[in-house]
Amino acid sequence: MDGRTVWLAMAVLVSAAALSGCSGETFTDEEKATIALLSLASLPPLPPDPTNKYADDPAAAALGATLFFDQRMSIDGVVACGTCHLIDKQFQDDLPRGKGVGTTDRRTMPLAGVAWGPWFFWDGRRDSLWAQALTPLEEQREHGGTRAFYAHFVAENFNERYQRIFGPLPDLSSVPEQAGPFGTDAEKAAWATMTPEQQDDVNRVFSNLGKGIAAFERSIAPQETRFDRFAGAIAAGTEPSEDAALTDEEIAGLKLFIGKANCSTCHTGPRLTDDSFHNTGVPVVAGLPEDLGRETGAKEVAADPFNCLGKFSDAGPEACGELRFMVKDDPRLTRAYKPPSLRGAATRPPYMHAGQFATLEEVVDHYSRAPAAPSGQSELHPLNLSERERQQLIAFVKTLSN
Amino acid sequence: MKSGWLYALAVAVLVLVAYGAHVATLDARSAKPELDLARSQTTSGGLYVAAIEPEVADVKQGVLHSWVLTVKTADGQPVDDARVAIDGGMPEHNHGLPTSPRMTEYLGNGRYRIEGVKFSMSGRWELRFDISAAPGSDSVTFNLVL
Repeated sequence: MDGRTVWLAMAVLVSAAALSGCSGETFTDEEKATIALLSLASLPPLPPDPTNKYADDPAAAALGATLFFDQRMSIDGVVACGTCHLIDKQFQDDLPRGKGVGTTDRRTMPLAGVAWGPWFFWDGRRDSLWAQALTPLEEQREHGGTRAFYAHFVAENFNERYQRIFGPLPDLSSVPEQAGPFGTDAEKAAWATMTPEQQDDVNRVFSNLGKGIAAFERSIAPQETRFDRFAGAIAAGTEPSEDAALTDEEIAGLKLFIGKANCSTCHTGPRLTDDSFHNTGVPVVAGLPEDLGRETGAKEVAADPFNCLGKFSDAGPEACGELRFMVKDDPRLTRAYKPPSLRGAATRPPYMHAGQFATLEEVVDHYSRAPAAPSGQSELHPLNLSERERQQLIAFVKTLSN
Repeated sequence: MKSGWLYALAVAVLVLVAYGAHVATLDARSAKPELDLARSQTTSGGLYVAAIEPEVADVKQGVLHSWVLTVKTADGQPVDDARVAIDGGMPEHNHGLPTSPRMTEYLGNGRYRIEGVKFSMSGRWELRFDISAAPGSDSVTFNLVL
């Protein structure tokens, strides 16, 4: 090698070093902005819930926590909220479909960050956390009780605590032990025999139980993950290191997530959900009744007496924008479901609204193939991801779990 | 020796300049046509001049908010008693609005309150208004970038 060749080689090395920052390891300004949006640092403070005047009352939250874990809050005495929303499993149960008194048709949802969203359940069939909490209590396959039963239960077991928070309990002496609009035929008949005043009294106590449980659930916040520390370093312009570092594979997965794979179209914001509803062509589960997702959920929430506009809500109509301006009649709602937060998702299979997929590999394969929807129109387009890209995406999703 | 360093430096500078030119060319090629972000537009049939303005200072992703739509005739007269329908979405993602915004109040002087607008993600959105009043029916589409 003559002298000139050595210098030439040095020049190339110097240039390469100068350009190395332009390799796949760095992010464009647009990518940096998206990463910042996904980071926990961009999570706003816990929003107020004007429909629940006890939402931030510590005594209500304490009673709510007691009720959440109380198995007597069920027809058979062995089902609590915490039976499916397990405290040591991100408040979910690892099962394809929740199991209370019977087996339900849907996957139990985790609760971290639940109070930040406007819609509850996979299909958004409730519009407040307290109205959500009431629904499984009366579902025959979940807690299986009736609202009259829960009113009596509270009067007998939590009388003083209830009255200290919510005011005087009504006279329930002539209210049947079991009565409600969703129970067995006998329970429905018993409900129909009650006067409107008695029904109102029971509904008031029942809604207050939900408000207490919701006050407790508001405290369940998302936790910082390795991705958030990485995003923090990127935002600060520092080199992510140690517990903030992502591997090349994870970074490639992040780039796919916010780029070619279009994941962040729906899994956006610090909770990795857009709080909206999407048909992604998820297959039906054989043997389950027809499930139309948001198409049914929108009708149900509009008719729910415990919704934001109902008499048991503490908010005026001005606080009910999500309900008043929701999309109601639109073919896009058929088999549309809420994107769940991906925080913690890697450690809580199975996936989708009825646990259709056992692994993240199956999930990514579904999004890559984008099959036609069983009904309605899938919003997906085939991604044709390579095996390597699939692994990169999964590696990134794992950085959202602790 | 000195000339060697100079030579290396010159080659390095040439490589970097060439790379810079390459990147600039790429940027120029990938640049999209200029998007019309004007908040005041003549409707497509020329019947009205419509202007929109958010009622909040900072339009945030994922939060419901209201806009004021001002409708005037082409010669600047405020339009009363208009019926307004709102539609829109993200053309690049082929999806509509996540909510159903409505005109909820006439504020006078050709101004209409539009409630229930939400942008569920960042990027380019379209808001389309179908306006019907005494002069006739016409529509206008605004581009917004969040």
